[in-house]
Parts: sequence; C-alpha cells; structure tokens
Amino acid sequence: MNPGKDGAKYFGHGLPYADVRDLKGTLITIEGTDGVGRTTQVALLKEWLEVQGYGVIETGWTRSELMSETIGAAKAGHNLNQLTFSLLYATDFADRLEKIILPALRSGFVVLADRYVFTAFARSVVRGADPAWIRSVFGFALVPDLTLYLRVDADTLVRRVLGSRGIDYWESGMDMHLGTDLFESFRKYQWRLIRQYNKMSRDFGFVTVDATLGVDEIQARIRRRVQALLDDRRMQVLSTSLETIRPLLFEAEEDEPEPETAPRIAADEAPARAARGLSQD
Amino acid sequence: MSQGRPALRRGKLIVVEGIDGSGKSTQIKLLHKWLQARGHQVVFTEWNSSDLVRQATKRGKKKNLLTPTTFSLLHATDFADRLTYRIIPYLKSGITVLADRYIYTAFARDIARGVDPRWARDLYSFAVKPNVAFYFRVPIDVAVDRILGSRAKIKFYEAGMDLGLSPDPVESFRRFQGRVIEEYDRITGEFGFRVIDGTRNIDSQQQQVRSIVARLYNEPGLAEAS
Repeated sequence: MNPGKDGAKYFGHGLPYADVRDLKGTLITIEGTDGVGRTTQVALLKEWLEVQGYGVIETGWTRSELMSETIGAAKAGHNLNQLTFSLLYATDFADRLEKIILPALRSGFVVLADRYVFTAFARSVVRGADPAWIRSVFGFALVPDLTLYLRVDADTLVRRVLGSRGIDYWESGMDMHLGTDLFESFRKYQWRLIRQYNKMSRDFGFVTVDATLGVDEIQARIRRRVQALLDDRRMQVLSTSLETIRPLLFEAEEDEPEPETAPRIAADEAPARAARGLSQD
Repeated sequence: MSQGRPALRRGKLIVVEGIDGSGKSTQIKLLHKWLQARGHQVVFTEWNSSDLVRQATKRGKKKNLLTPTTFSLLHATDFADRLTYRIIPYLKSGITVLADRYIYTAFARDIARGVDPRWARDLYSFAVKPNVAFYFRVPIDVAVDRILGSRAKIKFYEAGMDLGLSPDPVESFRRFQGRVIEEYDRITGEFGFRVIDGTRNIDSQQQQVRSIVARLYNEPGLAEAS
C-alpha cells in the first residue's frame, strides 16, 4: 500500500519509481461483462461531466499505444494461452496507467476507465489462472476512487447481445472449448464471468448498478454516485488546503499588525515558501 | 509448476545468465555443440525472441515508449509464450533445453530498472526451475571493452538510457550494467547460481561448464571425453 495521505493506494507492491503522492484527479472505473452497455454509459457520463466543467480523460481496455495492434493480432491468431492472454492485458494496462491515467490524475482530470483490472481478474480466473497470481501481477495498479459495476444475468445478456450485434469468438470464450455450439459457449462463458464479477463485487466494494434497467435510468443512478464522490473529493481538497494554511494564519497574526489582510498574503506565499524550504534541503 | 514435477521433466533445462558482454552466449553455443556431439537432442531458446510481442517490443524501443513496468511485462509475455511452445513440450519429451537468459535476467535487470523485487518474483512464479543456472561474472570494465571492441555501438535500453543516469551512452551503460551486476550478485545464493569467472580463457570456462553439465546426466565419462 502506498503510504500517501491522499488515499492513493495500489492493489499490491505498486510502482516504486513513480510519484503518486499528489494525485488531484479522480479515478472512476466502469466494469461489467461484454455487451452490458458500459461504453454507452461512459460516453453519457463524460458528456455530463464536461457540461459541468470537469476535465475528463477516457481510457479503454486494450487501447494502449504500445499494445493495441499486438493484442488484435494475437486474438486473430488464436494461439494465446491463459498466461500470455493475462500478460498481454497487463502490459496494455501498465502502458495506459503510466502514460494516460497517472499523468491525467496528476493534472486533476476525472479519468473514466471503460473496464479496469477486474476484467483481467475475471477473464484470467475463468481460464484457470491462480487468482492470487493475477492479482499480484496487477499489483502496480491504482485503487480507483469508485468502481461502478453494471450487473446483468447471463440470460438477459444473451438476448440483448443477439438482438444487437451478434456474438463473437472471444466473447464466447471459444478458446476455452466449452462446446462447439457458439450460443451455448457464450452463455456458459458469460455466466462464469458474471459469477467472478459478483464475487469481486464483495471483495473490492463495487457500486452495483442494475444493468437490466433502461439506459437513462442506469445513467441517472451512475450520476448520483459520481456526483456524491466528486462533492466528497471537493470537500477533502478544501479541508486539506485549510489544514496547510492554518499554521500560517496564526503565524501571520503574531507577525502582522493588521490581521484583516494577513491571511490572504500568507496563503499566496505558502507555496513559494514551501518550495524554497524544499530546495534548500 | 515451479516445483518442476519430475515425472514431466525428463529433459534437462540449462540456462546461462550474465550482463551483456559477459561471454554467456559464446559459452552456451560451445555447450550446445558438445551436447549434440555427444548424441543428445538439444534445442536452444533465447530471451526476447517470440513472435507474439516482437512488433510491440520493436515499436516500444524505437519510439522510447517503454517504462520499467512495460519493459518487464513485455519480456514476461515473451517468456510465457516461449515457455509454452519452446520449453515445456521439449522437456516433457526428454529433450535438453538451453536457454540464453532466463527469469533471473528479469530479477537482475528489471529490478535494477526500478520495479519491485517481490512483484517480479510473483510475476514469474509460473516458470519451471532449471536444472542448472550458470552466471558468467565479469567486472563492468571488461564488459564495456568487449562490447565497444566488437560492435562499437551500445543500444539505448541495454545502456539503461531510459533511466537518465547519464547522457553519455558508455557512461550510462557502465552505471546501469554495474547495478545489474550488483543484483546478480545479490541473488546468486538465493537461486544457487553456478558462478563462472567470465574473465578466464574461453576454453577453461567451457571445461568448467561441461564438467558441471556432465554430472547432470550422470555420465562421469563425458567430462573426460571433452
């Protein structure tokens, strides 16, 4: 666990060489199985946050600059096994964490992650990976401020996916050889994934949203949770800055004959003083 | 799997480790020749050589995209792919596998680069334990002289230029590979490396390697026959 006071924590041993002490932004992740409607909800949430004036950065599974082509080619080739499958995801995730998520959090953005490490945990474990191993591999991941879990049952999911875009090889877990029938394989595979998500929901404190509801109702529930989180974060930031200013206020009162103007000056000078103090060390 | 169940492990797994310029590749080639001449079936596999992540690694290196963690994970993916296709099936069928670099390269080099040592060990916990791991130990100056003398150009990541230790590639190489040597030395006891003095003559090093390998096959005559 990272010793930082701001609650920025890693799942495991973390990134020893990265500075995560001052992450001003907020990390929100949306999880749930294939075809559950995550991407639609992320787009609606992003729009709403931007209208309110928040800077938003979106990042999606396997979309890293380093790995996206390689993962696409590997999936087309069908020669992955549980180990390489898990490790390709981990590499993609690490690239996005260090190149997109961390810099955005340092700059104060709201980061919306369409899928997070839980997707890797679910997919790897249903393929036979040791749960302790895969969690340790992703031990460098930041713990999100909020994980929204879009929950659905396998039967509703099958009807929905068939009714929209159809089912594909990987979403059916055909590499797991659960059967030659695509429909049956999809249902079994998704059922196993959903069971993993439900288990993790308890372990990791997901906020569960019923994904069988209409798009607007799901979005309304998501917004309420996100709003509450962002209000909380704002209060935290306010109280932390008050804490840093407080000693300077008292010091200023003793030094200055005019207490009316002193607080403002002291507050303005605080960062400069701190910087000077640091550079002398 | 790391226990290496004996029933499934009829072939021998022999690995060589050491920094760039330590002479390990020369030694493993000579060992390969000798084992083949003795009638053993042998396959060779080297670090970072699978097709699976070749394109990503090339792209990452060319554009300097790699961080200590992605560098480490790309190599772990490469290793997992080779373990599956190039190592385990051969060992199961009784063929000797020679590996130029193994997981200890990650434990020395990736940790010198800044990843957490416990994380790296967990990451590679799926690996098979080798029958013997040779560590070719050379002082940093010897490695630098050998590399400059042979190809006169030090590669960016080999020199640890991504760490910003020095703008001069030779100086950066010296510092970074110096750290890697420290890490190898630190883990020598933990993993029971057979340490070979890489400054000795090539043929005397090879004699030492062959006599240790001969004992693996319980063929005492092998060593003398060389």
